[in-house]
Amino acid sequence: MTITQPAVTALWDELLARTSAGDRFAGLFATKPEGGALVLSAHVAVKGEGEAGGGIDTLEAALPPGAASYPALTPRLGAAFWYEREIHDRFGVVPEGHPRLTPLIRPGSAEDHALPRHVAGYGIFTIPHGPVRSGVLESIEYLVETPGEAIPHLNMRVFYKHRGVENRFAGRTPADGVLLAERAEGIASVAHALAFSHAVETIAGCAPPPAAALVRVLHAELERIANHLDVAVRLADAAGLAVATARLALHKERVLRLVSRLSGSRFGRGVVIPGGVSAPPRLPPAEILTEVDTLRRAVTADAEALMATSSFLDRLRGTGPLSPGRAHQHGALGPVGKAAGYADDARLARPYDGYPSLAVTPVRGHAAGDALARLRVRWDEVDQSFGLLRQVASFGLLRQVAEDLAERSSDPLNLPCEPASGRAVGWAEAPQGEVIYDVKIDAGRLVRCHPRSASFHNLVLMHEVFAGDILTDFPFIEASFGLSVAGVAL
Amino acid sequence: MSIWVLRGLRDGVVTTRWPARPDAYADAWRGPVLAPASADPMGPLPLCPTGAISAEPLRVDQGRCILCGRCVAERPDLFAWSQGATGPGAAALTREALVVPEPPETDEAVAAARARLRARTAALRRSVHIRHVDAGSDGSEEWEIQALLGPVYDIHRLGVFFTASPRHADVLLVTGAGARGMAGPLRTTYDGMPDPKVVIAAGTDAVSGGLLSESEAVTGSIAAMVPVDVWLPGSPPSPFGILNALLIAVGTLADGGKGTR
Repeated sequence: MTITQPAVTALWDELLARTSAGDRFAGLFATKPEGGALVLSAHVAVKGEGEAGGGIDTLEAALPPGAASYPALTPRLGAAFWYEREIHDRFGVVPEGHPRLTPLIRPGSAEDHALPRHVAGYGIFTIPHGPVRSGVLESIEYLVETPGEAIPHLNMRVFYKHRGVENRFAGRTPADGVLLAERAEGIASVAHALAFSHAVETIAGCAPPPAAALVRVLHAELERIANHLDVAVRLADAAGLAVATARLALHKERVLRLVSRLSGSRFGRGVVIPGGVSAPPRLPPAEILTEVDTLRRAVTADAEALMATSSFLDRLRGTGPLSPGRAHQHGALGPVGKAAGYADDARLARPYDGYPSLAVTPVRGHAAGDALARLRVRWDEVDQSFGLLRQVASFGLLRQVAEDLAERSSDPLNLPCEPASGRAVGWAEAPQGEVIYDVKIDAGRLVRCHPRSASFHNLVLMHEVFAGDILTDFPFIEASFGLSVAGVAL
Repeated sequence: MSIWVLRGLRDGVVTTRWPARPDAYADAWRGPVLAPASADPMGPLPLCPTGAISAEPLRVDQGRCILCGRCVAERPDLFAWSQGATGPGAAALTREALVVPEPPETDEAVAAARARLRARTAALRRSVHIRHVDAGSDGSEEWEIQALLGPVYDIHRLGVFFTASPRHADVLLVTGAGARGMAGPLRTTYDGMPDPKVVIAAGTDAVSGGLLSESEAVTGSIAAMVPVDVWLPGSPPSPFGILNALLIAVGTLADGGKGTR
């Protein structure tokens, strides 16, 4: 649902009224139609009540023609901090009253590369860490201001690997757009393809067939397990647990190999298409079930051993704490939010695809907000995903699909989905948290498409979690957030 | 801690023997698309989202192929997946050699490129250090490179190591479509490496920019930033494909067998 407001101040008033009533601020972006005035669009996530599913509303207001500035939202709603910097980067329009309007996603002039100094004091210096990292990691620059051990201030520069993904959607067909969505944040390919496809399907007024909806769940949950295992590998590696690192990496490799045996791609690429899925899983349901059960036993045993290794837990306990209050205020997504007691899981609050027909046990009972709580949430989610995979693989429908396809009696996996014109918002729960796509189509072509990854929304919180933590805690905190820079600097 | 000692023994040796022995998973890899030399393209060609297909004569630029498989689905008579991470969709020593079917003149160019590379890397063969730089990847390439450090691929057994310092590096492994913001850091890393050095463009994005080739924010190929010696297609390339490219780069793989183009 799109609600247009007469002016920017009215838009902010409405937005704050909604968030204080319990809705969640889910994003802010700007568009500039050809020859028109700049339009600000805010996304608000609405939780479903009972049978009625929630959704994501869009609140909009146009700036007066030629306006070079507007009253900033950030002073009233801190979560808009990075969103308004991104808008400034893209369009040059100034949010009046924004606390720090330095480049975020586009590299600026040479002075943007100078070492900042936010903290004054004896012996305080800045360690530039990145953009070329010490391990095999994505490019990002952390500027750590420190007297030697404590980290009183952290600055992040994500613009190094900005790729201009958003602008490359325009002019493509939805069938091509989904390929780009898969590459917006490569480690969450399935979730991005789902969010994009959901938006396209809403515009076209079509829904994926029930069997396709289950195949989507299958791939989305395998992706979640792989991502959470990746975080566990990085945490074990940071703690120097060589065997645990190797064991967990082995499990991650096994998950990726299972995905490639199911779909031909180790990242499930090419599976999700608007209107359904491109092909059935290449393994029969019984074999998927066996594979899932074997994996589950192996992962659970090593996860239990890891969570009983006290030298490891000591490094995570109390490290990088995010307070429940801040998590709620910011609307922290995914495991970062859940670990601080703030859970807004799109699979439960705004269910899609096969989730309404499956039993999703919510991950609850975590509130410590530290790196340990984040890891515990991930293990709970891994368990939850294995449960969902079991349900999907034992569903009679999937067996039916295999039989139907063998007889060539029907193609129950995708429907023609050719939207003419319209606009819609699609969402999906990625391993990092909720992904949103705002898609506009005209005459069968994408006019624009704005992806918002959970990584973008959550990474800004890393500024705030260094209370009392020291330099050697840094790799734990970074890994425990489990985000992808590709999704931040789109 | 003792639990981990026993756990480390639990699954026995999981490490591949490749390249000494064949590996079933490496051979099962579905790589960039091929077009047979004898194909007669009657009728309209499929629309490739990255423009990797050209007609008259029919050619597929594997350096642009993002493995979406649309052409294989639409015209199975003309296009086929390349099979195996070290097969006909593997890394090449010249950009032109990624365009298949190869015109005969590329063979000579490849042989010349191999001779030049050999002369440079003769001293490296048994101990190689790699510096990885992300120049605008989607993040999946990093996962596949990290996999090489895991127990399944374990590149340390081949004398290959990752290093944090470019001063210790022999190979520069670059991923991503060439984000302009990374031009400076990538160049600094390259300049900081001692000679001889070898550069690998890992992934379709690094080779050609892939779907982002026309984005203003990227150069479209990392060759615009640093000179490239080995071109590896794939979106993302498989860990075996990356391993194969590394071995080609340092001349460990001899002229015979696969992966020599």
